[in-house]
Amino acid sequence: MGGVQMGSGRDIAAILIVSALLMLLAPLVIGTYTLTLLVIYGMLALSLGLIWGFGGILCFGQAAFFGLGAYTYAIAAINIGESTLPMILAVLVPAGFALLLGAMMFYGRLTDVYLGVITLVVTLILFRFINSTAGPQYTIGTARLGGYNGIPGFQTLNVPGDPDAYIWGDAYFYVCAVALVLVALLVTWLLRSSFGRIALGIRENETRASLMGYDVAARKTVLFAIGAGIAGLAGALFANWAEIVTPALFSLGQSAEIIIWCIVGGLGTRFGPVLGAAGLAYLKFLLGQQSVLDNTLIMGAVLVIFVLFLPRGLVPAIAALWQRATRGRGRRAASLARRRRAEVPYG
Amino acid sequence: MDLSVVILVEILYAVASLILISAGLAVVFGMMKVINLAHGEFMMMGGYATITAVNLGVNVFVAMLVIAPLIVGLIGLVVERLVIRHLYGRLVDTMLATWGLSLLFIGLATMIFGNTTTGISTPIQGFAVGSYQINGYNFFIILVAILLVAGLYLVLKTTRAGLIARGTMQGADMASALGYSPGRVYMATFFCGAALSGLAGAVIAPLVGLAPTSGGAYIAKAFITVIAGGPSLIAGLLSSAGLFGVVSQVFTFAFSNVIGEVALLVAAVILLRLLPQGVTGKLFKGRL
Repeated sequence: MGGVQMGSGRDIAAILIVSALLMLLAPLVIGTYTLTLLVIYGMLALSLGLIWGFGGILCFGQAAFFGLGAYTYAIAAINIGESTLPMILAVLVPAGFALLLGAMMFYGRLTDVYLGVITLVVTLILFRFINSTAGPQYTIGTARLGGYNGIPGFQTLNVPGDPDAYIWGDAYFYVCAVALVLVALLVTWLLRSSFGRIALGIRENETRASLMGYDVAARKTVLFAIGAGIAGLAGALFANWAEIVTPALFSLGQSAEIIIWCIVGGLGTRFGPVLGAAGLAYLKFLLGQQSVLDNTLIMGAVLVIFVLFLPRGLVPAIAALWQRATRGRGRRAASLARRRRAEVPYG
Repeated sequence: MDLSVVILVEILYAVASLILISAGLAVVFGMMKVINLAHGEFMMMGGYATITAVNLGVNVFVAMLVIAPLIVGLIGLVVERLVIRHLYGRLVDTMLATWGLSLLFIGLATMIFGNTTTGISTPIQGFAVGSYQINGYNFFIILVAILLVAGLYLVLKTTRAGLIARGTMQGADMASALGYSPGRVYMATFFCGAALSGLAGAVIAPLVGLAPTSGGAYIAKAFITVIAGGPSLIAGLLSSAGLFGVVSQVFTFAFSNVIGEVALLVAAVILLRLLPQGVTGKLFKGRL
């Protein structure tokens, strides 16, 4: 995991090499159909990891933007019959929604619990609303919202400009994987920019950042919207993968899972949430094939255990062990490494 | 005339049920600043405890008012000792850990009771007001809510235990300096909060079908009622439950059930935007 002292060129090269290797090797172990889902969940986790881990904004409703992206894609794809514009809309609509919601919350100086309540409640409103739209009067353009049945049968991803050239199967996996790499690069770039550094400053000490003249509310709002846009993209990719969108995308369970991924993988790192999402989603997939233990029970136990015993998550813990093993000769070196890590925003 | 009586009863019932489902969470939050997101699952377990007890031949009122609170209170005690105790003062971490607990309980209930909906019939007959039918059980819920608030007030205001609890709430270190262990006060408080949740779940069980996931329906409502109520325990609970109950019922009557629910949630968002510290953060300051 890169630090500033590694230089951004090497960091980006590392991302590219590792992801290229994974794209080549992973399909040999796990089917691409499952892998696609893992990649999509990774992107979703990254979106929360960005705003929570680096922006300090605890959003209990990241699923709202995920679902909003998926629904936007489905509705637009039915109306348009081609997938390029719907994909773009699926990013813009959640981002725009988050911009409004974020402005309302951050200019109202709401913090932690209250932020949690409002994002949770907004997710519930969407869930309740979409669930109740089963009747034929709820249509947008030619798309029926379908209530709890969801929306099936929309145009899935196609080569831009050619609605008959569907992208599916293995090809779709590579599209998703490349999209994840691009998002990861975007996040890397963002965190390196002055915007990202100030976002970290706001996370650490909001009052101080505002006294230094930064518009805290505006910056948090923008970061929140960027996270929502990424979640929306993940939602659109999910819609293409599942070929149906249902209100379950907005559910509390979905929000909880995103949070669990981030906690397990490690907050304040770029790769922790991605790895946490992929690992736990795969674990869930494996557990789904047995019926002794309930899946929800295991996810819940994982969350409790991590909050109690490993609140920083796996990636930071392993990185700390790694650094102690490689560099830590004696106490001085270890404390130096720790101090350096504290300065460096990446795990 | 008949319609207005029905509407009045429905509004009272909505307020009462909000008070009921939020009381357990309010006690725990008001005393310890801990948000227990497994609150809905405590209610769910209260419901299952009632149904199991009734199926074993226990009188339904005994099951609801005695057995369910005791069982859920004991579960809460175990949870407090094993998990919550380690996380006092870390608000976000307790929320996450209790969210994990909530999933864990859903999973456990699914494994024990199966992913099906069960229920018991309401023990009180309905009756007619003019041409409208009123559910008699609604009055029982209103009565329980009134007794609950009165009991809470009397315990906190007049008993020694209540005094110690309030003292710990205001200044844990001072209470500890005077020889009362905050840890034990918190433990007892969490037991009471869990027992209240169990009571609420039990009393509401005959009205709704019970499934392992039904806790999710309550947690958000309880959560926003408590947060919107603000720091004062009873005044906050009464004011926000009153406000939200009226809003949701008025919109339910004017439009539909779903619009009523959505109106409640929207009202909560607006209220928190205007009064970020909750109703009693600004009004009724310093009341109990």
